[in-house]
Amino acid sequence: MSQPLLDIQNLSVRFRVYGGYLRVLDGVNFQVAPQERVGLVGETGCGKTTTMKTIMRILPQPPGVIKGGKIIFKGKDVLGMESWEVERMRRREVAMIFQDPTAALNPVFTIGEQLFDAIRYATGKEESDHRFLREVAIRALEEVALPDPARILTNYPIQLSGGMRQRVCIALALACPKELLIADEPGTSLDVTIQDQILRLINRLAEERKMAVILISHSLGVIRDWTERVWVMYAGTVVEEARTQELFAQPLHPYTQALLKCVPKLTGEGIAEGIPGRIPDYFDPPSGCRFHPRCPYRMAICSQEKPRLYGTPTHHVACFLYQEERK
Amino acid sequence: MRRLGYSLFVLIGLSIVVFIIARLVPGDPARAALGPRATQEAVDALRARLHLDKPIYVQYAYWLKSVLQGDFGESLFTRRPVIEDIKEFLPATLELAFFAGLFMTFFGLLLGVISARYANTWVDNVVRVLSYLGIATPAFVVAIVLLLVFGMYYEIFPTIGRLTPGMSYPPRITGLLTLDSLFTGNLASFWDALKHLILPGISLSLGGLFQEARITRSSMLENAKKDYVGAARAYGIPERVVFSKYLFKPSVIPTVSILGLDFASLIGNAFLVELLFNWPGISRYGINVMLRKDVEAIVAVVMVLGIVFTVVNIVVDLLVAYLDPRIRLVAREE
Repeated sequence: MSQPLLDIQNLSVRFRVYGGYLRVLDGVNFQVAPQERVGLVGETGCGKTTTMKTIMRILPQPPGVIKGGKIIFKGKDVLGMESWEVERMRRREVAMIFQDPTAALNPVFTIGEQLFDAIRYATGKEESDHRFLREVAIRALEEVALPDPARILTNYPIQLSGGMRQRVCIALALACPKELLIADEPGTSLDVTIQDQILRLINRLAEERKMAVILISHSLGVIRDWTERVWVMYAGTVVEEARTQELFAQPLHPYTQALLKCVPKLTGEGIAEGIPGRIPDYFDPPSGCRFHPRCPYRMAICSQEKPRLYGTPTHHVACFLYQEERK
Repeated sequence: MRRLGYSLFVLIGLSIVVFIIARLVPGDPARAALGPRATQEAVDALRARLHLDKPIYVQYAYWLKSVLQGDFGESLFTRRPVIEDIKEFLPATLELAFFAGLFMTFFGLLLGVISARYANTWVDNVVRVLSYLGIATPAFVVAIVLLLVFGMYYEIFPTIGRLTPGMSYPPRITGLLTLDSLFTGNLASFWDALKHLILPGISLSLGGLFQEARITRSSMLENAKKDYVGAARAYGIPERVVFSKYLFKPSVIPTVSILGLDFASLIGNAFLVELLFNWPGISRYGINVMLRKDVEAIVAVVMVLGIVFTVVNIVVDLLVAYLDPRIRLVAREE
């Protein structure tokens, strides 16, 4: 891969809780190239959102503690940035759409108020330049295909439907040009048709603006349809990374294989299989590979050492099964 | 509007209950007023004049009729119309309560915000320990300590009454000495009246103040974890604005809603503070008339305080609705 836009190296994050730490992220590695559409898939609670919040430097600390690793964005380590550099990054370079649009909108301010502030700081314009702010805000709402933007500016979040709130969130994040969009399960809380519209919208904006996108989802269907490359996470670690087509055609990691078997097939008979066992306890995670207690192929080494990523330039997997053949 | 209807209903209910309780107090008010040596005829005549010989609902009807005309009857003790007593004593208590309320709101919010801003540092710990002390200490204990410190050792603030003797009283406009002296441009009296407010005001407000501080702190810390705060940061809005706008506004709603309750307890607690600082207020007056079974006055005091509570609560409700569109919009739809 050429110079990546975003390069996360060995990121470890813990949550401080009563009596110790939860080891939520354990050495996450992750790259995104400019203008690339990347998927991040994994079960609920495997650390997807935590990773993304850490990139934006909005992980609540406490309880979060960044234990180690680097987040290189355009050649600069985000974790070492001064606060003005972080603010500049958020204003001009990276945007994030949150999982639940209702929770991500401030309930006591109008959409206009929130949008004006976002635009004002991103563009460095004065508050008094009301006409400019209004123009940009209306354009942002039109971009996300919201009808009657002038009225929406005066509305409070409670007055909008779920789908409209999601669009407003996208408008807020993308009112000003960005280079990377982090979309955390967009539309998951909405019905399937609306979700599809939202994904189309994100895709269109990404193409028009030549933005890279990290699409987080636990839905493999969404990932297959909308991304070029996929990262699979399990319990705070990256277990597999591949071009999307390749991953779906030939999943290597036992966890990915199990995950794909979970998807109900329209044509097949019988019910989809689950993965036996549960997501591990982060308080006292399994040693070595975190998947080994649930893995049908586990070997002696799996509980002793943490696997590196092995594989070809287009397909990496963190599993000792592939240690020899793919060196 | 519907709120107003409820309030009226509450006030009528209150008037009935208070009226009945006041009449059920053992002892004959007419006899108490005239003294043990008055003749039975004189007592009976007074009873008839006050309608005390009629059934209780007739008494209530008479009373309600005159109340609506602004007449709360005559105090059996001072022999003055009760309304005159109230006009004299209510403004002093209102002035004290407003001062204490403002002090409480301002410093309660300030301490809460500081505590949340520096959560889990020594600043926060100091505020939290103070809060426990402040909430656990009754107002009159604070009052006595302040009286000792400022009355005996450091005579910075006056400890008695509303105005230094010899100071010119401003003409009566609102009855609040600070406002009246300001309106008439009498700065010396204004300053003096304000200084007289400080000690009783502080002793009265501390309990509520620390309660407000605790609620503000915990509500801000709770909301700080919400996605919309993270989202505001993610748009590139500076931390200062995120904190003072996007976190602050939703967090003060619970504080403001509890203000009404705290204000009510201010007036309730005012009695001991008024007594200790020799403050000519209505709480003190109320206790005095109760001890003397001065029925008309008791009922009037309770009614007037009831009206004050009701008004305060309506104001607080309007404030909350102003701050929280969720409440405002739902109320409008109904």
